[in-house]
Amino acid sequence: KSLTIREAITQAMDEEISRDERVFLIGEEVAQYDGAYKMSKGLWKKHGDKRVVDTPITEMGFAGIATGAAMAGLRPICEFMTFNFSMQAIDHVINSAAKAYYMSAGIVKVPIVFRGPNGAAAGVGAQHSQDYSSWYSQCPGLKVIAPYSAEDCRGLLKAAIRDDDPVVFLENELLYGLHFPVSDEALSADFVLPIGKGKIEREGKHITLVAYSIGVKLCMEAAKELEQSGIQCEVVNLRSLRPLDEDIIKNSVKKTHYLLTVEFGWSQCSIGSEVIARICESDAFDYLDAPPIRVTGADVPLAYAKTLEQNSMPQVANVVKSIKKVLNK
Amino acid sequence: GPILEYDEPNAYKLHMLEEGPNNHVSCTREEGLDFYRKMQVVRRMEASANNMYKAKLIRGFCHLYSGQEAVCVGMKAAMDKNDSLITAYRAHGWTYMMGVSVTGVLAELTGRKTGCSEGRGGSMHMYGPNFYGGNGIVGAQVPLGAGVAFAHKYRGEQNVCVALYGDGAANQGQVFEAFNMAKLWLLPCIFVCENNGYGMGTSTARASANPNFYRRCEYIPGLWVNGMDVLAVREATRFARNWCTSGKGPIIMEMATYRYFGHSMSDPGTSYRTREEVQDVRKSRDPIASFREKLLQAKLATEDEFKGIDNEVKKLIEDAENHAQNDPELQVDELYSHIYSNPPANFKVRGCDNFTFKDISK
Repeated sequence: KSLTIREAITQAMDEEISRDERVFLIGEEVAQYDGAYKMSKGLWKKHGDKRVVDTPITEMGFAGIATGAAMAGLRPICEFMTFNFSMQAIDHVINSAAKAYYMSAGIVKVPIVFRGPNGAAAGVGAQHSQDYSSWYSQCPGLKVIAPYSAEDCRGLLKAAIRDDDPVVFLENELLYGLHFPVSDEALSADFVLPIGKGKIEREGKHITLVAYSIGVKLCMEAAKELEQSGIQCEVVNLRSLRPLDEDIIKNSVKKTHYLLTVEFGWSQCSIGSEVIARICESDAFDYLDAPPIRVTGADVPLAYAKTLEQNSMPQVANVVKSIKKVLNK
Repeated sequence: GPILEYDEPNAYKLHMLEEGPNNHVSCTREEGLDFYRKMQVVRRMEASANNMYKAKLIRGFCHLYSGQEAVCVGMKAAMDKNDSLITAYRAHGWTYMMGVSVTGVLAELTGRKTGCSEGRGGSMHMYGPNFYGGNGIVGAQVPLGAGVAFAHKYRGEQNVCVALYGDGAANQGQVFEAFNMAKLWLLPCIFVCENNGYGMGTSTARASANPNFYRRCEYIPGLWVNGMDVLAVREATRFARNWCTSGKGPIIMEMATYRYFGHSMSDPGTSYRTREEVQDVRKSRDPIASFREKLLQAKLATEDEFKGIDNEVKKLIEDAENHAQNDPELQVDELYSHIYSNPPANFKVRGCDNFTFKDISK
């Protein structure tokens, strides 16, 4: 059996809206239009106006309203048409949602999920093509998820909706239409994955590749390519960016002795920067046989033209070249 | 029993309303003494905060509510116990009215463990039952309040959320985003602009092209209220609450009030207004003195009774102040709790170096 990412996310929302009266979807075009990227296809027809709520184009306002509703005991799924527009609303994600539980000494819980596509789509230019992973993952009080596969999306979105804390769920538009194999277990309505746990997406013994979201796809392709030359890559799919599964990275590094991080976001203060810092601060550092390095998006705003865009985003060739550099091959 | 009653022809101004609240206001002797006492508690609690701030027992920002007492006391008197409320950073008076003790407020100001947020929040971040803060971000509490109202409506409750903001916040874009959705969805939200005349040091005339805050929305009715008269505030709030709970959607109230202190403790409050202006309000429009005078003239209470209340309040504040100064702060270990309601398994919070970690997963 297989599912597209789009199907996995729509199903997860559908099941959770059916399961819990307090859960509702709110955002721009989520109801009658079926979602700007058709992520909520059929949900409004099935669940109606109360559970699937179209908003005007006012991110700060509806993110605030959704957060207030969560403070008062509902469980909103707040869709950003893309996370680029969450910049309009970031005050409510950080100052209203993430900090309330701490500031109130536990009086005010904020069980909300902010979700939508994050990072670059194809040919949409600089303002619509940013990866906010490192921005949100820096903030205590938030849980931040960046799924790769259909199983990730089903299990982690359902877990996020059931969680009592605010969760930022970063999808990737380029993955929406891709098919992934899924187990019967993952298709069960009760299927949830633990937030804060990574997954070994592919086992290998020569080098650890750490990635999330679409970066995992790049690593899998690079690993396949290098298989022929006898290099076996271990691919760690982080799944959660906060909490970050440090143990899974450390254990892998202790096994392979080499580390490369891969992401589409900019290099400065990136997820890769954090992963490498944590390894350097841990006992796994002593197991490294070469300095770890990062593959990231180029340090420029994303250009529109195809050639320029391609050279701004990491390609399989960048990963392959970097693996060979780390391994001194 | 005997009642205080009077007509106040200038208590309200209406926007898009055919009828307004009753200009004939009244209260019983018991209610009157209760309102007087509560306003005095807020006034003296803020005086205590002022003193403790100057003695360096209170840190950071501290915004005092003195002068605005009739708003929180009058509004609360017309609210149902299951109604909700959210306000901005001038939160002490509202925190007390929403059910937190004076000790809970003052100990929060001194950052101690029995403070209502255990010293995690401070002056701007106090919470209580149905009370969503205490919000330090100017304007943010307006959509949040609309969201709390959204939850009331979603659950089919006959309750409202009161979302308060200042005349400074009234110009924030998100206020208008919240107005728009609240009206579209007929949310039971009372938007309240507490207009004390100044956003920090900028007068309403210098910050607002339209300083009539009750007329700020062309599709939501508005109600200007003399916010220095506790009974007018109560009457107007009853009216607004009825409006919301009858399914008509949101309403905007402008409470015309005044603050005696500066914007915060670091502002003497004299560079952008005159001392005479402050003294004039204190003499002619003070919400506590004027209400006391009305009760005296109606012979509902005697000077001695007021003195008795004043002494009792004085003692209450002294005890709370004493407690707030002697209560300990939280243990440092507690620094790491309440980050997550549902901490993930094996989640360790990092301290300031690579040798300090706290496992909070249990």
